[in-house]
Amino acid sequence: MLLDTHTLVPSLNDVPLHYLKPNSLVKFRCLIQDMFDPEFYMGVYETVDPSTKTKMLRCGKYKDVTECGVDFNSRNTVTAERQTFYCVPIPGENPWVKEISSSCLTEARVVPSTSYAPSRQKRSYEEDDDMDTHPSEHHGNGDCKRQETEAPSSQTASASHLDLNFPLPGEKGPSCLVKVYEDWDRFKLNDTLEVYGILSVSPALSALADEKDASSSLLDPAESMETAEEQRVHSPPASLVPRLHMLHAKPLPHNNPLLPSAALEDNSAFLSSTLSEMASVREEILSYFTHVLLGDALAAEYLILHLISNVYSRRDVLPLGKFTLNLSGCPTVASYTERFYQIIQQLVPSSHYLAMSLQNMNQMRLVPKKDYVANRLVSGALQLARNTSLFLDETQLEQGQLDTTGVRNVTALGNLISWQKVDYDFNYHQMEFPCNINVLIASEGRSLLPSDCQIHLQPQVAPSHLEESLSSIHMHPQASSQLNKFRIYLSMARLLDYSISDEVTKSVEDDFVDMRKDDPQSISAEDLHRMLVVARLLSLSLGQTSLSRDSWLRAKHIEMLRRSRMEQHKCVNGNEP
Amino acid sequence: MSSPTSTPGGRKRGRNTNPPTPSSEDPTSPPSQRRRGQDSSTGDLMPMPTSPATDMLSPAAPQDTSLFSSPRPSVQPNEVDMSSPLMYGTPSSRVEGTPRSGVRGTPARQRPDLGSVRKAPQVDLHSEPPSTDGAVASEPNAGQRLVIWGTDVNVGTCKEKFQRFLQRFTDPNSTEDENAGLDLNEPLYMQKLEEISVVGDPVLNVNCRHVQSFDAELYRQLICYPQEVIPTFDMAVNELFFERFPDSILEYQIQVRPYNALKTRNMRSLNPEDIDQLITISGMVIRTSQLIPEMQEGFFQCQVCAYSTRVEVDRGRIAEPAVCRNCNNTHSLALVHNRSVFSDKQMIKVQESPEDMPAGQTPHTTVVYAHNDLVDKVQPGDRVNITGIYRAVPMRVNPRQNNVKSVYKTHIDAIHFRKTDEKRLHGLDEEAEQKLFTEDRVQTLKELAAKPDVYERLSSALAPSIYEHEDIKKGILLQLFGGTRKDFSQTGRGNFRAEVNILLCGDPGTSKSQLLQYVYNLVPRGQYTSGKGSSAVGLTAYVMKDPETRQLVLQTGALVLSDNGICCIDEFDKMSDNTRSVLHEVMEQQTLSIAKAGIICQLNARTAVLAAANPVESQWNPKKTTIENIQLPHTLLSRFDLIFLMLDPQDEAYDRRLAHHLVSLYYQSEEQMEEEFLDMAVLKDYIAYARTYISPRLSEEASQALIEAYVDMRKIGSGRGMVSAYPRQLESLIRLAEAHAKVRFSEKVESIDVEEAKRLHREALKQSATDPRTGFVDISILTTGMSATARKRKEEVAQALKKLIQAKGKTPAMKYQQLLDDLRGQSETAITKELFDEALRALADEDYLTVTGKTVRLLA
Repeated sequence: MLLDTHTLVPSLNDVPLHYLKPNSLVKFRCLIQDMFDPEFYMGVYETVDPSTKTKMLRCGKYKDVTECGVDFNSRNTVTAERQTFYCVPIPGENPWVKEISSSCLTEARVVPSTSYAPSRQKRSYEEDDDMDTHPSEHHGNGDCKRQETEAPSSQTASASHLDLNFPLPGEKGPSCLVKVYEDWDRFKLNDTLEVYGILSVSPALSALADEKDASSSLLDPAESMETAEEQRVHSPPASLVPRLHMLHAKPLPHNNPLLPSAALEDNSAFLSSTLSEMASVREEILSYFTHVLLGDALAAEYLILHLISNVYSRRDVLPLGKFTLNLSGCPTVASYTERFYQIIQQLVPSSHYLAMSLQNMNQMRLVPKKDYVANRLVSGALQLARNTSLFLDETQLEQGQLDTTGVRNVTALGNLISWQKVDYDFNYHQMEFPCNINVLIASEGRSLLPSDCQIHLQPQVAPSHLEESLSSIHMHPQASSQLNKFRIYLSMARLLDYSISDEVTKSVEDDFVDMRKDDPQSISAEDLHRMLVVARLLSLSLGQTSLSRDSWLRAKHIEMLRRSRMEQHKCVNGNEP
Repeated sequence: MSSPTSTPGGRKRGRNTNPPTPSSEDPTSPPSQRRRGQDSSTGDLMPMPTSPATDMLSPAAPQDTSLFSSPRPSVQPNEVDMSSPLMYGTPSSRVEGTPRSGVRGTPARQRPDLGSVRKAPQVDLHSEPPSTDGAVASEPNAGQRLVIWGTDVNVGTCKEKFQRFLQRFTDPNSTEDENAGLDLNEPLYMQKLEEISVVGDPVLNVNCRHVQSFDAELYRQLICYPQEVIPTFDMAVNELFFERFPDSILEYQIQVRPYNALKTRNMRSLNPEDIDQLITISGMVIRTSQLIPEMQEGFFQCQVCAYSTRVEVDRGRIAEPAVCRNCNNTHSLALVHNRSVFSDKQMIKVQESPEDMPAGQTPHTTVVYAHNDLVDKVQPGDRVNITGIYRAVPMRVNPRQNNVKSVYKTHIDAIHFRKTDEKRLHGLDEEAEQKLFTEDRVQTLKELAAKPDVYERLSSALAPSIYEHEDIKKGILLQLFGGTRKDFSQTGRGNFRAEVNILLCGDPGTSKSQLLQYVYNLVPRGQYTSGKGSSAVGLTAYVMKDPETRQLVLQTGALVLSDNGICCIDEFDKMSDNTRSVLHEVMEQQTLSIAKAGIICQLNARTAVLAAANPVESQWNPKKTTIENIQLPHTLLSRFDLIFLMLDPQDEAYDRRLAHHLVSLYYQSEEQMEEEFLDMAVLKDYIAYARTYISPRLSEEASQALIEAYVDMRKIGSGRGMVSAYPRQLESLIRLAEAHAKVRFSEKVESIDVEEAKRLHREALKQSATDPRTGFVDISILTTGMSATARKRKEEVAQALKKLIQAKGKTPAMKYQQLLDDLRGQSETAITKELFDEALRALADEDYLTVTGKTVRLLA
């Protein structure tokens, strides 16, 4: 039911908070950034009307604040438990994703006075609350209008002293305290979800917090144990961090709005139509990338493989399917790497550009760290959702000294690349969180970070024309329909299943044995690992869900080309093993 | 009591100011008026949310409001606290009200850990709820079926039961370190009481598991109604104590501190049903607050007539008397701070220990309040087991607001702390490691252990993604189990190392790091460092200034942190010599001595070391010895029990199997792979169980086998004029055999264990200590860094050189180059310059000649 009407539900991602009506159904596309302690609340409580003395049972679920006149001694009180997650919008989500997903929701946006028309057509909501909705809506509208004028100023003012804890610097958007009522164990940190829930922005929440700050810390020293920081983090003003009481949460396998959100198997029509097109789209995208990579077709091939790679499984500690690409030999003129990133940004749903300048490495917080004073996990740039493209620009690195933080950051990046995990810093111990991040390293020479695959860029453009052709890269504004095709292609290829038949297995084994026979030094188990990954990605990029002999040979071929190119550039810098 | 009592800061004094004779406090008040507690309940501090059984009765109590001016905006007439404590908990009533003579002289001490001091009426279970205060029985009477309000606890029965428990309970199988020195066949707690009478520390720690095994019903009551039952226990134990030791003088009355309640082990499993119950959770302290002085009793003095009165605090509130009872002036009483009684309180934040957490979630935290002498018992970073009462308090109601946040605040009132890592200092760490295994689990593990091929099964379950290297996996498996810890400190030998150290060396890209990562992920207390990035300081410990307290604190490094675990060191060869030198002590003595910034100490570092090293020339050179290949000091190498070579075998059949293995990795679904191998969780539990419960000893037969093996090893060498085994190798063999016995869950080391130990040791030796010149296994490569053949060769050359010089007759000085050429011309085998230099040095040592620059001079 939710699936059919989900476009009618306004989204917190797109609609400014002050346009949304309190206590209405909203959705939020987010990442679980932190998990707070579970809290006990009054699931059922009794109120006493002070004038008539009549008692009434009330439900406390999906609400933050109780009704007037709670009888605390009532025997009917039921204490229940719920969990709070601190959710932020998906870090590094690219503008085109936001644009497209908000354009799907035009009906739900518009202006406050008409915005709730669609939700009124919905099922029993109206019948149940018909009496209540009208007056309150009236009130709500007035409220909204007032907020509308105020909101921008207050938001900027309060945002300055409240850190919303976004993993990446410069992010915008609402963060949300999501209250989960059941099954909270199935959620994990860094999961991406689409949460449907009841929005609660009761000003009483902020008032309560303020009150406490002012007076009660004096009354009861025990109260002040909860530090001001903790207060601020765990009960921020609702106008800034709204509460969302979860009714339903849909895990997001991807955040590409162009793809149907349902699982691929359930959407066979879409699947078959895209699959048939994949090979041709691949040709297009290959020529586009070749152009972007200054005419280097092999590098373009590897770039496609990298962009569709995905950690699909883990064998004990070994992540399978990761394909970190080190693109060495990047020109350092005309801010090539930045432009290159902008192109990638146009194609993948979420990405982040990390300039590996000395200053950045020494100062940035990459690894999330637990702040015990405020009792929260202070986010870092490596707290990213699955399948985020992380672009490391090593051309920005200059000579100098890495300090302790710098060394730690480089180690963290190394761990991320080799094991696809980030060790979050819990001060007294570290905790390992697996991740699934596509790391692309652009460097001049071989990168100082490990990588699964290194390819040296060979521009087919004469150095004299380099500037010119660099500046022409952006001169090809892609038609949006073509861009969308590319976007769908890259996200799709990642979601496909893959298998290897026994027959092909046999021939791969034979190949390996033969290659070893000729020269055992030339190919190691590690090389076979890489070749299997390349073969897998190559097949998927062609829309084939099982490995064919042809693909295997092709994988072998491009690997060979790459290796021979590497031989040429062997002694570029001192980072060789 | 007239001495000026402490300011909030003086905590020691604040504690002692409990008046020794509280009877003088309130001479005019009739007994009933001492029940201030229940009168002063106010609207804004609500009672706990109902726990399942406490809301069965809700009697109404009359309110005596005449004396107090407490604000009570919305109090209903029936608002009496239901989760009520016991009247015996109040200091005043206990001391003056009870007829027990022995107890009288000793002041009782308030127990803020059990909630504020209030009184609970008892009710007859069969009668109607009492409607007036007078109907409440205030003295325990075993004859009637009286229970404490809201519970099913009958004070008399409960007391009797507990006294019986104290007098009769014995625990012949006790292994707790606290019970050391006690006669296990005598009643345990009576001995502890005797201890109290001698030592004078009036705290009786009671293991809840003992109570449970003695009287399950009593245990249930203790868990469900700790606030009522523990004061009853207090009373019972004091009666008993002063009966037995009437003359002993205690600072205050004995307090019972139960611990080890089995109710809840894990912070994550706390739920609303646990509210107001006795729970034990484990966790790690992350933050402690400063001391908070909490007022227990307010002292009021009338400004008009100087009449003074005391008011107890009830749930954080003091009901200020409005009328002076002496002169009947209203609002004339003022609080005198320094004559009021304060108790200590501290907020402690505890976080789930990392082992308890499901993957992918963040740890939960809980607030714990410590009271009185439990304050400052724990420090941030400590691992603790906390026994206490779980509380939930509603958020404060603001009088100006009608809406309330519908959330409760939860915390634990600590009754007992038990540091789990403190015991590491005493060397009794088995218990710290103790994990609770369900009976089912134990059964599964035992079934697994009974299988004849358990050793193979486990070793193949280890790092399944890494192909073959069976013996290496077996070696690591034995390392995970470890030997039996032996203590010879009485005889001066100190502790024997029980941990097995392993070094892996070999070609790059042979998944050494992966193996290390796997082990690091498998063991609960593992540390992973890379030789390249770690300094000596990072491995051992360093002193730093705490930014908050500005005190110097000792931060421990990887080796200390992995005490009782495994420290994985990658790129061992890249480590600086300085850093490596700290490993010498750790790898044999298993301690770490630190003398830094005025801190001198010795820390335990009973860690097994699993190291990986790359050969110097990036590729293993089969023509060189291990020492030459990895360039590590042999003093360090000899401390490794097993040194394995991980080489690329370069053989077709192997390649094919490897290829198959890798390809299957890429298409088999995870479920398929799971089926083939043992689950990692089972392996973890298996190891934890064996490490905790199994400590094999050598059987007669096994010792004989070991002796033979050792003698054989020595014999092989002596045949060729060299020593091929040292006592260190014998120790290694013993450790490996013990570990193998542990794998079988066997309490005895038998000859099959020795056989496997021998095999593995030989296998490792074969790989690492083979002399590339002769092809024989030669242990001296590892112990002296030079093979016996090489040494023999050196001596031969020296002798030949001597002969040559003697043949030249009396020439006092020779040219260096000339001599070398002559020797080369004479000898059949090639003589390198190095060899020649060594020969010269050997002769120089004999004082036969000296070498100065390019000339060689004969001496004497």
